[in-house]
Amino acid sequence: MIEQLGASIIDGIFALGNFVLFLFYSIVFAVVPPYKLRLAIRQIRIIGADSLLLILLIGAFTGMVLGLQGYTTLRRFGSEGALGTVVALTIVRELGPVLAALMIAARAGSAMAAELGSMQSTEQVDALTVMAINPVQYLVSPRMIAGIISFPLLTTIFDVVGIWGGWLVGCGLMGAPSGDYFNGIASQMGSHDIALGLYKALTFGVIVMWVSCYKGYHAQRMATGVSRATTEAVVLSSVLILAADYILGALLL
Amino acid sequence: MNPEVVGTTSGNKSGNAIEVRGLRRSFGRQVVLDGVDLEVPAGKIVTIVGPSGCGKTVLLKHLNLLLRPDAGSIVIDGTEVVGLRGKALNTVREKFGMLFQAGALFDSMTVFDNVAFPLVEKTALSREEIRAKVLETLASVGLQGMDEKYPSEMSGGMQKRAALARALVHSPKILMLDEPTTGLDPTRTGAIHELIRATQKKFGLSVVMVSHDVPAVFQVSDRVAFMHHGKMRLTGTVDEVMSSSDDEFKRFLAGRASGDDLENNQVSS
Repeated sequence: MIEQLGASIIDGIFALGNFVLFLFYSIVFAVVPPYKLRLAIRQIRIIGADSLLLILLIGAFTGMVLGLQGYTTLRRFGSEGALGTVVALTIVRELGPVLAALMIAARAGSAMAAELGSMQSTEQVDALTVMAINPVQYLVSPRMIAGIISFPLLTTIFDVVGIWGGWLVGCGLMGAPSGDYFNGIASQMGSHDIALGLYKALTFGVIVMWVSCYKGYHAQRMATGVSRATTEAVVLSSVLILAADYILGALLL
Repeated sequence: MNPEVVGTTSGNKSGNAIEVRGLRRSFGRQVVLDGVDLEVPAGKIVTIVGPSGCGKTVLLKHLNLLLRPDAGSIVIDGTEVVGLRGKALNTVREKFGMLFQAGALFDSMTVFDNVAFPLVEKTALSREEIRAKVLETLASVGLQGMDEKYPSEMSGGMQKRAALARALVHSPKILMLDEPTTGLDPTRTGAIHELIRATQKKFGLSVVMVSHDVPAVFQVSDRVAFMHHGKMRLTGTVDEVMSSSDDEFKRFLAGRASGDDLENNQVSS
């Protein structure tokens, strides 16, 4: 039993080391030749552009809910004028980066894990290796670049749509003053708030790409292996996003 | 245990494309390769046969270092490759073309893009040169007009031929084939065997093939190597091996299971 426990601990340490080295190499190979710019652009389209509609919908509904709940709560204290500040700061600092990252992890991250896992199980990754092509540089690094570029952009779009969604419900439906809504945002939101949201988005992009690619690349070569990799990619990405959200918030507050 | 070499080895050792000595590899506690020796003469087709699970594909994947051995030596064109890394390893790998058991075509790409892939990624050829080379190679495997198809739109035999075209397009010196006819009907099996022989003659390749199509595959083989329990038990020309008195090989050819085979394949209740 002790031998098994020891073996499990050693295996766990090896796995953690591989996990971290995977991130290291995926970033290193992104900045050394041969550059895979065409592949990165393709991944930006898949991860970024193809997620746009989802981000628009989630952003709009998030803002609308905040507008509704925010107005209802602030009205108790006679502070409807602060609605814009509340909606904007909540979205820009927290909900925008986190919800956008969770949605992209569920959509693109799972697809990425499934694609790479499927490639492993059908020996397509081995085929790349046999052709003297670095599979991490070809498959993973372009996705990492795409995540670093796409996540902040999508988060910004989420923020804008969310703020407008809050205005639509809070002011358009509930009757909060529009002037106070936008004046509050202009006076209370600073560059620090926007920067915090973007730092989070960047970090979450790295996390989602790293975890999804790692799980897919190391999937067991069978059908259940691919499905397990897909599930684990989304779950682990989500947990790490929320953990990083707290850590970054605490460090950069 | 040294393999029984029936008759004389062909040529001297400097004429070998591949030399394997004492190769060992385990996965956990399971010993898969237990001191394998193998010689692949340049310009010849060597077929590795043996019972399922004896380590044939594992051995094949060691030759271009998809897997790394625990011990032993692998010499490719006079160069020891076991300890190679990085660019030196890639230089050796570029000598190989490999056909995987299921083809391993990239399913998001057309046949044209699949076959062009090694040229696009590893050469400085122009688009026109690549196009000409790809179409020529597809024609040589009987796939003219199929370049815009996706792998999912093709039969198993066509996928194998497309994968063979991709393995050949960059003019390798050594071709490795992992069960190229598994899953194909007898007609397509014969066609693939003929294609392998014709391709080998046309390009002067050294070929290492793993196959279960026994004895049909012997018609296209120059030498045969019989693996059993992780060791090379018997090697020689086709005639030499077929006339061998080795009991295990005779049992394998006749399709008679041994006690070990039955025990290993027994369904647990």
